[in-house]
Amino acid sequence: MVLDSTTTVILYGLTALLLGLSWMRDPGKTREALGKARRSLLLILSPLASVILLVTLALTALPPSLLSRLVGAESGIPGTLLASAAGSVTLIPGFAAFPMAKMLLDNGAGIVQVGVLVSTLMMVGVVTLPMERSILGWKAAVARNAFAYGHSFLVGLALWMAFR
Amino acid sequence: MKRTFGILPAIVLCGFYLAWRPEKAFGFFSLAGSNFLVVLSILPPVFILLGLFDAWVPRERVTALIGEKSGIAGAGLSIFLGSFAAGPLYLAFPIAETLLRKGTGLFNVFLFVGAWSTMKIPMLLFEMQSLGVRFAAVRYGMSVLGIFWIAWAVERVLGEKGRRELSERFRP
Repeated sequence: MVLDSTTTVILYGLTALLLGLSWMRDPGKTREALGKARRSLLLILSPLASVILLVTLALTALPPSLLSRLVGAESGIPGTLLASAAGSVTLIPGFAAFPMAKMLLDNGAGIVQVGVLVSTLMMVGVVTLPMERSILGWKAAVARNAFAYGHSFLVGLALWMAFR
Repeated sequence: MKRTFGILPAIVLCGFYLAWRPEKAFGFFSLAGSNFLVVLSILPPVFILLGLFDAWVPRERVTALIGEKSGIAGAGLSIFLGSFAAGPLYLAFPIAETLLRKGTGLFNVFLFVGAWSTMKIPMLLFEMQSLGVRFAAVRYGMSVLGIFWIAWAVERVLGEKGRRELSERFRP
C-alpha cells in the first residue's frame, strides 16, 4: 500500500500544478474543465460503487484457503478452468490481485492455476462489462473480454513451460 | 446513451449475503471501505486531469500523435500512456472515451486499454516482489504479445462498419 499512497500523492500534486497553471492562463476554460470533470465523476459513481460492492462480496464469500484447495498444483485442467472462471467474474487491480495470488501459492495452489487467475483477474471482467459496453459497445467489449480470457490460458501455458 | 446501471442489485445481493453470514460483516465492510478509499483517492484527480486535457489539448495534436495513421510511434505512445496509469481497469474506459473523442486510432485505444490492464510499471515491481521475478517476467512478456493480438483481433471482429461506428461514436 506504500506504493499506492506514493502514486496518489504524485497524482494529486500533478493535478494541483496543472490546475494552477490552467487557472492562470484562462480561468473560464478551467472552470469548464472542472465542470466536465464533475459531470463525468457523477456519471461513473453509481456503476463504480456497484463494482466495488460486488468485488468485495466475491472476495469475502470465497476465502483463500478454499480457493487454494480448489486450484491446487494437482488440480489439473478442472482447477485451471475454475481459476479462469473465478478470475473472470471481477476485474480487480494488481495491488489486490498479487498479494492474494501469493497467499494462494503459499497455501499450495498451482503456478499455472495462479497465473491464469491473475491474468483473468486483471484482463477479464464480467461484472464490469456493462461499463465497458457503454464506452466500447457490446461487440468490442465482449470480444475484448473473450480474447483476454483465451490469452490467459496462453499465459498459463508459458508459466508451465517456465516452471517445469 | 444510458450509462447508469443501478447500484440497487449490488446492494440487495450484498444484503442477502450478510444476512446469511452475519459473521462476515466485519471483513466485508473493512474490505469495502478500503476499496472505496483507494478508488475515491484516485478518481477526482484523474477526472480533473481528463477535463483539463479535454479543454486544452486540441484534437489535431492528439490525432497526429496517436491517430489512425500514427504508426509504430503512436502504438508505442499508447502503451506508454496505459502502462504509467494508476488505478483499476474500469477507470480506463472513461479515458478511452476521451481518447476516442480526440481522434485516437481504434487500434491504439485497444492497446491503451490492454496496457492499462496488465502492463502497469508500478504493478510490475509489486508483482516481482510478491510472486517472484520469473513469474512476473513470463507474465509481463506474454502481456506484451497479448495486448497486440487482442487489439488486432477485436478490430477484425468489429469489421469495417463496426470500426467506423466506434471511432465516430464520440466525435463532436
